[in-house]
Amino acid sequence: MIQLFAAATGEAPGISEAVLWAIILCPLVAFAAITLYVRHLPKIAGYLSILAIGVSFVLSLIALIDVLGASGGIAIYSHDWFQAGPLELALGVRIDGLTAVMLVVVSSVSLLVQVYSQGYMEGDPGYGRYYAYMSLFITAMLGLVLADNLFMLFIFWELVGLSSYLLIGFWFHKPSAASAAKKAFIVTRIGDLGLLAAILLIWTRHETLAIDEIHELALAGVLGGTTLTLFGLGLFAGAVGKSAQFPLHVWLPDAMEGPTPVSALIHAATMVAAGVYLMARFFPVIEASPDALTVVGWIGAATVAVGASLALVQTDLKRVLAYSTISQLGYMMLALGVFGYAVAVFHLFTHAFFKALLFLGSGSVNHATNTFDMRLMGGLRTVMPITFWTFLIGTLSLSGIFPLAGFWSKDEILLEAWVNNKGLYAVAAIASFVTALYMFRAVFMTFFGTYKGGEPVDHEDEDSHFHGDPAHPHESSWVMTVPLLILTAGAIAAGWWALGKEFHHFVEAAIPAEALHKAPDFSYWIAITSSLIAVAGIGTAWAIYHRGLVSSTEIRKVVLPIAVLLENKFFLDDLYERAFAVQVFQRGWNRLVELFDTTAVDGAVNGVGWVGTQSSRVLRHAQTGQVQLYGAGIAAGVFIVAIIVFIANPL
Amino acid sequence: MLTLEHFLTVGALLFCLGLVIALSKRNAIGVLMGIELMLNSVNLTLIAFSRFSDGPAEIAGHAFVAFIITVAAAEAAVALALAVAVYRSRQTVEVDQLDLLKL
Repeated sequence: MIQLFAAATGEAPGISEAVLWAIILCPLVAFAAITLYVRHLPKIAGYLSILAIGVSFVLSLIALIDVLGASGGIAIYSHDWFQAGPLELALGVRIDGLTAVMLVVVSSVSLLVQVYSQGYMEGDPGYGRYYAYMSLFITAMLGLVLADNLFMLFIFWELVGLSSYLLIGFWFHKPSAASAAKKAFIVTRIGDLGLLAAILLIWTRHETLAIDEIHELALAGVLGGTTLTLFGLGLFAGAVGKSAQFPLHVWLPDAMEGPTPVSALIHAATMVAAGVYLMARFFPVIEASPDALTVVGWIGAATVAVGASLALVQTDLKRVLAYSTISQLGYMMLALGVFGYAVAVFHLFTHAFFKALLFLGSGSVNHATNTFDMRLMGGLRTVMPITFWTFLIGTLSLSGIFPLAGFWSKDEILLEAWVNNKGLYAVAAIASFVTALYMFRAVFMTFFGTYKGGEPVDHEDEDSHFHGDPAHPHESSWVMTVPLLILTAGAIAAGWWALGKEFHHFVEAAIPAEALHKAPDFSYWIAITSSLIAVAGIGTAWAIYHRGLVSSTEIRKVVLPIAVLLENKFFLDDLYERAFAVQVFQRGWNRLVELFDTTAVDGAVNGVGWVGTQSSRVLRHAQTGQVQLYGAGIAAGVFIVAIIVFIANPL
Repeated sequence: MLTLEHFLTVGALLFCLGLVIALSKRNAIGVLMGIELMLNSVNLTLIAFSRFSDGPAEIAGHAFVAFIITVAAAEAAVALALAVAVYRSRQTVEVDQLDLLKL
């Protein structure tokens, strides 16, 4: 079944269905080929994977240009897959403005990360395996954004979860990496339960899983009331897990145990974006339920606050970025909560570039110093100029400084929040001060001051593949710096697409027009305030961490309770581990199950044995070993049978 | 005039005697003799049925008897050999003492 919808201006996209499937299949083929044939030929595995994702990237660009040419029309290609009773499942792809943007973001960032990984992962014994997992992950992510129905989306959604588990636990021989992988998998699974429940709910109530039909149901008011709210909240539960929203954000910082390019790809640009994408995709549903919308907005705000405050106290550069990601994802949810569908997607778009840049920059720093601990860095500005300048631009962009990409998207979120919900605006504005503060704290600690020597290479450690001398850091090779430079271009210019609201119109064409709200006009007042807030944050960081006008230890003493709270991550990990994992599961549920096992299951087994023992204890007396007694028994038996026969058949 | 019942009565009496001997004698040889007696009582019964009937049943009776005599001879040979072998290893053929499987 083929459905084509033209945008208000223009025609339906004419892109061939084969191109769309090829976007998904290219990395999948690379995954299969690497796994089956070239896993032990590292260089070739890398090239194959880069080639495949390169083809996907080119095809994604073609798709984007095509949809741009159609002013954001929609094309849906759907095929019957199989039928099980009343359940009819379809396999289809859908291309529209939202999907096209996501495709280009995912494939371009993936491509750069893949190129960069050649330098970062050089010499790792799992090099081939790394590229196989990366290809699988990219397949899953591309499939997720192209899926035209919830069931297929769910399959790819779980594939994303699986491949992120594999990649986070890539160095599985490290106990910390193995447990981080398990944590990520289990925590996101909690959210996925909500998504699955939403899918079952919509199927049992309305017998459809197609995205466009669900949109229509929501807009026509057929899908309404409690069902609508529950459906929306179920979807949101999935997004909370995948996009690391409070209170399920705890997996993301730990996920930094994976290789840094994985962090860049999964935890900055793509995987965590899946949750925001899901919310954006089903925005007409969320928007139709005020309750769901409120929950989305305030959970987003809580995430913004939690992420930003925790980023302040991290000493690990990657963890600063991880909490920053959590906080930025919170901004996107917050934007959705104030009707800012296009704005949320726009922030996702710009964030992908500057956050991938920052992660890859931190990887480059790690490559020179053998550590992520900022207390062991400093002064890298002069020895790693490319890394420094690109990192600085990424930081400025994230802080929302004019005219970089982050300024445009963050400013619009603040504007939407100001117009629709002053409470959310307050949270977002304060957090944007903290954002600038923690990011420049990281920059000053890493790149300014004097070099603290990095982490000495442990030659005893067989897992360490560090080449070079941490005491004399150097700039990384071109395979690592070129992706940084390209991403820098994105971090600077990605926001300019929205200067005349072209981006917004393009993305908005992907959902029915009835679900849209008029975006507020650009406000100089908001723009200037948000810029001033960001500059104030940078100034504060400069005063504390560069000039040392105020000692950070002094501040810590003044606000000791808060500092302790932050350093322990609001005790959330302890709550989950001690209260839920230990008390509820280990001591409660597991005990209950154990009790059932030892009494009911073991009881049944032992009971059968007991009956056998007891009955044989009686029956053994019949076995005397006297053969004549047995003979007498047989004779008696025959006699009894004969009597019975005579009684039954009288002569 | 001898009728079928006379033969059957004698056969049944012989069978019961044989059974009592087989179940009560302690000596294995005696038990075997009891079994032989039971077999022969059955032979007598069969030959009596054969004598008092016509047609194919007549020859069937003879065939059964010839067959049983053969089997009984073979059985006696095996059983006596077993008795000798048991006596050699246990110095006894008292069946109530041959209860090794029970131990």
